Amino acid sequence: MGAPAQIEVRDLTMGYGESIVQRDVAFTVGQGEVFVIMGDSGCGKSTLMRHMVGLNAPRAGDVFYDGEGYWAAAEERREALKRRFGVLYQYAALFSSMTLAENVAVPLVEQGGLGQGEALAVARLKLALVGLAGFEGHYPAEISGGMKKRAGLARAMALDPDILYFDEPSAGLDPLSSRRLDDLILELRDSLGTTIVLVTHELPSIFELGDNAVFLDAEKKTMTAKGRPAELKDSPDPKVRAFLTRGRL
Amino acid sequence: MSGPEPSHGRYSLQRESDTLLLSLHDAWALSRGLAPAGPVLEALEAAPPPRRLAFRAEGLATWDSSLVAFVYAVAGEAAARGLQVDTSALPEGARKLLGLAWAVPARPAAPSAEDDSLLARVGGPALATWTTAGDALAFLGETALAFLALLRGRARFRHVDLLHAFEASGVGALGIVALINFLIGAVLAFVGAVQLQQFGATIYVADLVAVGVARELGALMTGIVMSGRTGASFAAVLGTMTVNEEVDALQTMGLRPAEFLVLPRVLSTALMMPALVAYADLLGLLGGAFVAVVGLDLGTLQYLQQTQDALALRHVLIGLVKSVVFGGIVALSGCYYGIRCGRSAAAVGEATTKAVVTGILLVVVADAVFTVLLHAMQL
Repeated sequence: MGAPAQIEVRDLTMGYGESIVQRDVAFTVGQGEVFVIMGDSGCGKSTLMRHMVGLNAPRAGDVFYDGEGYWAAAEERREALKRRFGVLYQYAALFSSMTLAENVAVPLVEQGGLGQGEALAVARLKLALVGLAGFEGHYPAEISGGMKKRAGLARAMALDPDILYFDEPSAGLDPLSSRRLDDLILELRDSLGTTIVLVTHELPSIFELGDNAVFLDAEKKTMTAKGRPAELKDSPDPKVRAFLTRGRL
Repeated sequence: MSGPEPSHGRYSLQRESDTLLLSLHDAWALSRGLAPAGPVLEALEAAPPPRRLAFRAEGLATWDSSLVAFVYAVAGEAAARGLQVDTSALPEGARKLLGLAWAVPARPAAPSAEDDSLLARVGGPALATWTTAGDALAFLGETALAFLALLRGRARFRHVDLLHAFEASGVGALGIVALINFLIGAVLAFVGAVQLQQFGATIYVADLVAVGVARELGALMTGIVMSGRTGASFAAVLGTMTVNEEVDALQTMGLRPAEFLVLPRVLSTALMMPALVAYADLLGLLGGAFVAVVGLDLGTLQYLQQTQDALALRHVLIGLVKSVVFGGIVALSGCYYGIRCGRSAAAVGEATTKAVVTGILLVVVADAVFTVLLHAMQL
């Protein structure tokens, strides 16, 4: 990890109600890095992301953005920190009553303070960046799953965030759409220097995109490996090796 | 030619023979808003028209999407006028982003099919009503077949769902039904007393409340409350199931939504309504008695005796028969709009609203039909 740490997850313990999902999770993400959170189904990948983007409060530990603890910060600071990242949800989470351009314009107007006309001009660019030029006036119900995902990405990157979070970006996409989305993620990182945090269990994406990764174990309820995905294939943990080699040990 | 206000990213325009040079200056940031493209569009229209638009970025400090959005917009305008666009002098990151934006050619927006003429505005909804009526009839047919299957012991649904539906449309509604009908009985007694007192016939408040509540208001008010409560709940639940493809999943498993989802709900509501209305009648009578005894100084026994004399069994039975019909209407309306819901979150809200409005409307219409028929039958 050559780049200075932009995100630091320090001793994070997460849970719902009485149950603990993951404990003592700790790692750093450098600026411009593509960082992968991986693990088997139900291990708490998405839960970890929800803690990192301020949707769920941790039981213990904190998430630091350039040294500033998110959960220790006052409400106003948290709102300011939220402007630094965009999130692409698993099912895009587009507002169904708005057109694609209006969806992308929401953060530009509400968080960015742009006028409606300016916001729509930026929305047109963002939609074009994800290959949806000409679809500005369409409603989410009128487009395919892959297009919804790309529109969700256009909205996530509306405000030029420093950090983009992706929750299972390939879920429900055909291999070509999935590949195109992966390429787009790399283009964004290269063009804008955006830091990318990726929650996925798609092996092609993990190996092609990931600079670094952590593996969350559902049974041990903690992180059992971190490092470069290619190197993790030789991890001393048999479960990590099995995961990254599709069970071929 | 000078550029626009300096609060946005700044630019200047210069004409060199057939080339329009657009030089970008200083810092461009989304937080400072977007530079207006108006001056560029004017320059593109100037005579003789330029044949090339070239960007210069020597004076550019920092940039973000505001710059790329501006270049994307003006380059698009220039290209549409047949100009050659040169972005080679832009920062590499910006050129990459523009390359990405232009990689997929814009799909022309579908022409709007909206016809705004008077004929279309009247005819469209009329045709839609006709289609809805046909569809509703088909839904009624499917539900009738489901009931037939139930009578033959072949209906497939989970009995636990039926019990849940009984609970939701029965016990769950007791509180609100009690409150509304108690108040209706009380209001009826008050309003009636004001008139009857003028003739010294205050005691007939008992007749008014007894007949009014048992024959009309108990069933009607309970029907309306159930439409807002249970009908809305059915539409929202079934609508969400439709959005989540749960209804599709049932069909591919060979289960008919009319049997699995609609039947338990219609059955439970139609069967629980008479019980609810009997309870509502009792609370309505109590509301009337409360006002008569506390506010009108009538004796409790006197009031009860008068109520007993006025309340023929047929009035109560008429109310109970109506309640079964109202229950069926409320449940069918909720289930119909839920099952026929669109595929978005907004569609669920729309389905719920339609279910409640249609439910209340049909309950009141049915009540009017009952009144006319019963009058004709001298009941």
